[in-house]
Amino acid sequence: MALIEVSNLEKTYFDEGVETHALCGVTFNIKEGEFVAIMGPSGSGKSTLLHVLGFLDRHTGGEYRFDGKAMDDYSDTELAHVRNKKMGFIFQAFNLLPRTSVLENVKLPLLYSGIEQKSWDKLAKNALEAVGLSHRLDYEPAQLSGGEKQRVAIARALVNNPMVIFADEPTGNLDSKSGQLVMEILQKLSEEQGHTVILITHETYTAEHAQRIIRVKDGMIEKEEIVNHRLKADKFIK
Amino acid sequence: MTLRYSLKTALRGLQANKSRSALTILGIVIGITAIMLVMSLGQGAQNLILGQIQSIGSKTIAVSPGRQPQGITDSLSTFTDSLKAKDLVALEKKENVPHLAKMMPIVFGSETAIFENQSYASTIFGVTDLFAKIYDMYPEQGRIFSDDDVKSYADVAVIGSKIKDELFGNDEALDKKIKIKGRSFRIIGILGQKGQFSFINFDSAIIIPYTTAQQYVFGIKYFNRLVIEADDEANVIATVEDIKTTLRNSHNITDPDKDDFFVETQADAMEMVSTIMGVLTLFLAAVAAISLLVGGVGIMNIMLVSVTERTREIGLRKALGATSRNVLTQFLMEAVILTAAGGVIGIALGSLFSFLISVVLSQYMNLDWGFSFPLSAAVLGIGVAALIGLVFGLYPARQAAKKSPMEALRYE
Repeated sequence: MALIEVSNLEKTYFDEGVETHALCGVTFNIKEGEFVAIMGPSGSGKSTLLHVLGFLDRHTGGEYRFDGKAMDDYSDTELAHVRNKKMGFIFQAFNLLPRTSVLENVKLPLLYSGIEQKSWDKLAKNALEAVGLSHRLDYEPAQLSGGEKQRVAIARALVNNPMVIFADEPTGNLDSKSGQLVMEILQKLSEEQGHTVILITHETYTAEHAQRIIRVKDGMIEKEEIVNHRLKADKFIK
Repeated sequence: MTLRYSLKTALRGLQANKSRSALTILGIVIGITAIMLVMSLGQGAQNLILGQIQSIGSKTIAVSPGRQPQGITDSLSTFTDSLKAKDLVALEKKENVPHLAKMMPIVFGSETAIFENQSYASTIFGVTDLFAKIYDMYPEQGRIFSDDDVKSYADVAVIGSKIKDELFGNDEALDKKIKIKGRSFRIIGILGQKGQFSFINFDSAIIIPYTTAQQYVFGIKYFNRLVIEADDEANVIATVEDIKTTLRNSHNITDPDKDDFFVETQADAMEMVSTIMGVLTLFLAAVAAISLLVGGVGIMNIMLVSVTERTREIGLRKALGATSRNVLTQFLMEAVILTAAGGVIGIALGSLFSFLISVVLSQYMNLDWGFSFPLSAAVLGIGVAALIGLVFGLYPARQAAKKSPMEALRYE
């Protein structure tokens, strides 16, 4: 059974009487532990797809089953709990809380997790160690480089040990070297720790770090392909 | 999320906009300060008046002529001549009022006192030698007149400090003679500065034997008041009844509704003052409380702006697993912390102002005014402030909680 099962998924926005069909019947599966890139030009519906897959928005047609359960069967509060425990998010704009230390930023998902507070520090420090930022615990986001900010965001996505990591254009705001490092970490998470990684990007180069690419265009799947010559991020750095 | 952590989160949210947070709570601070000030000063005034009444003694009973006033416009009813010398005789009889320890008739009125070419409009107070004891008011210089002076219609006077200043300045006043209604009175005592005392200003009063006052100053046969002291506090109520019975017999009254006198104890007077001051204080506090409402609206306004500004943060928190309830709690907590802090600051400021005023009143105006910290008002103040945070923070907090994580994250 696949972790993510999408069949005939539709999403229509209603904005002041105008209907916009962002997704028009999308079907695919993602297995646990897979590293999949969802690729497409802007306006293709890939961000909408990520929002629905990440339980940030509800679809308007078709079916989406996550971990065996249809999204329609979850209440809003349950969606929040799933986002918290089983999903991790990495955004293009990092979305760190300003004037808040790196450590506190990484702890943010723990606030809502029900995990005992005394273990928060340890969990957050472990996650920061995994992205190589143990020396930046007390820094504030404004004092970090773009690459460091994104690694803090990855640590934050990791801290609850989620099943899936959603990365929405994670290298979009980074220089190529920092971007490489981010991709290396994502590959490591997929291969060494078995996290499912779903990467959204518009660049073929970035997408080719994944095992499989789902190409989206005009709200539909254009093509699904296995990456034959997969790029290894660690080859190019250092 | 634990309470401690939500507190921390809320505090961090407020710290991010320190000056705005400070301005936001100004309305609450002013409101609570005003309430605190009014309550504290009201309590101070009440304590002052009650203290004065109490210093006359809880064994003291006052008998006034006429009916008990039934309202402000009814005060004229006390100006009758129903209390006369024969009543004194009746009341003094042991078999009529067994627990009567002291009795002093009082006559009073306004007259001009003249010394050489100076004159001063004074309150003439005709009493007996018991005056000093009953009012706990002994002359600073000289003495009070004796029982013999009263019996012999002596022309002697004890004057208040203001009269001494006005008529004599820095000169010696003892043994000088002042003229009241053409009659010469020898000054035998001078009171120290007393200020207002039970609605009588003794600083501009002249105390003379009541016999002289009746005969030569006012030309009357009746008394304006009888002050009676029971031998023990426990006997006050019985004594009040004895006085009533005796006076009814003396005045041939059978129907108590037709009494031409009324009897009051210190307890009655204290209760009346407490009631009046309490109502007055509450009224003023209620007026001050209106500013709290205005402050609350200010809080709501700023919180709404804050919610819009922090749309991204709200979205992020939701994406990371915050439920709507978590977000609601966070913003409500921010509002309550703001207003409760405003309450605490207001209580501190109100107490400080009240303390300063009490210092001014007691140091420069010679009132026996003590600073009092109304604990109930303080607790109520913080409670009301926090409640305002809850009420006016609820709408903005719900707006925040309602945001969808996706829309909130998209918001630029």
